Amino acid sequence: MADFNKSESMGAQEARNILAVNALQKSFGSLQVLKDISLRVEQGNVVSVIGPSGSGKSTLLRCISFLEKADGGDILYDGQHAVKDGVYATKAELNRFRTRFGLVFQNFNLFPHYSVMKNITEPPMIRGESREEVTERASALLKKMGLEGKENAYPCQLSGGQQQRVAIARALALNPEILFFDEPTSALDPELTGEVLKVIRQLAEEKMTMVVVTHEMPFARAVSNRVIFMDKGVIVEEGHPEQVLGSPQQERTRQFLRNYQR
Amino acid sequence: MSLMTMIIKMSEGLGKTCAIFFLTLLFSLPLGMIVALLRMSKAKVVSAITRFFITVIRGTPLMLQLLAVTYGPYYLFGANVSRNKLIPVVIAFSINYAAYFAEIYRGGIESIPIGQYEAAEVLGYTKFQTFMRIILPQVIKRIMPSVTNEVVTLVKDTSMAFTVSYQEMFTIGKQIANSQTSFMPFVVAGVFYYIFNAIVDYLMGRIEKSLDYYR
Repeated sequence: MADFNKSESMGAQEARNILAVNALQKSFGSLQVLKDISLRVEQGNVVSVIGPSGSGKSTLLRCISFLEKADGGDILYDGQHAVKDGVYATKAELNRFRTRFGLVFQNFNLFPHYSVMKNITEPPMIRGESREEVTERASALLKKMGLEGKENAYPCQLSGGQQQRVAIARALALNPEILFFDEPTSALDPELTGEVLKVIRQLAEEKMTMVVVTHEMPFARAVSNRVIFMDKGVIVEEGHPEQVLGSPQQERTRQFLRNYQR
Repeated sequence: MSLMTMIIKMSEGLGKTCAIFFLTLLFSLPLGMIVALLRMSKAKVVSAITRFFITVIRGTPLMLQLLAVTYGPYYLFGANVSRNKLIPVVIAFSINYAAYFAEIYRGGIESIPIGQYEAAEVLGYTKFQTFMRIILPQVIKRIMPSVTNEVVTLVKDTSMAFTVSYQEMFTIGKQIANSQTSFMPFVVAGVFYYIFNAIVDYLMGRIEKSLDYYR
């Protein structure tokens, strides 16, 4: 355990990997959901993960955010091992790793009994920040999300798109180094997806590091630095969005995209 | 005996009726939470034992439980029957109601979407913080109607204390009814319980309403 969290030495010219996953494996019973998944996310990059349902893309996000326990492989944040060969760091260390990422859920998972403001301010306050500091940041975030004046509203009074933007603000309020999105628009009416995608696009322009599991192909194409196509627990193809989505090399990718456009 | 005298005599027992009611709530509401948490324990033995306990309490009459707690120690160990019957009465009521509340709590806790736990975990809440700040407040809102039901039943169940001759309102009424061969004391008792429950209904309704600010 001695060198568990020692930084891996990196070449100076190499970009900083906010997240690195090596040979990640996960099974539910006899069903192997993730088989040997490896990926890197460099600082300021947006990586989109696409694939049919059951391909393991959500499980991948849930493993790297520690909601699901991987069976094997490594998970590194900024070069530090959170998971090494399937062995997890201590509870306290994992909790520190949790401050590095934020997760936005498909179903928002806002706290319904809290006002919008409290949804955003309580998590940083629990981590010991002062109310003044946090409130100021939360107000700025709400403004950025186009939710001024909604501070005292309750989630049930907001549209799905507004709720999801609150959820994004809540995740950002903890100043994460990387943000994960698990199908952020899948639970929304089509007319509300635009406002959420716009916010994510804006974050991309500000060089926020993000991993987005999505079914929004045009969005993935426009925003991502890299697209990963997953199927049956493996990465089938990955690369520049124009390449993966425009001229895919693998038959399985082509088939998926064809079905998608129908 | 005039109606007025009956009412006055029975009112004297109301304090004891209230004592059973409030003390039972005071003990059974938190005890029920402990039972619910044990029932949901991941340790199979703990949850099985708790489950058995709940089936016994819910599967046998409260009256029997009152007799068992009050006189059981005498028959089992030759211990003196406590002078102050309030103690065994409140113990029996608290255990009985805790079992019912436990199942209500469990239903409430299990109805909270898993996403609430996951969001809290990712945001850095500890397990305890998650339960106290995120889960419990939502559980309370959801279970209020069922809890009100139990509380209303408890008001009426206090009359069961007559089986161990604890001198609460109904016991006195029953004694008057016997000695005067009159049905009036039961009418008076009925009115008392009705008024008591009207107040309970009103107060519980207020609490429910105060939780109406979110869905």
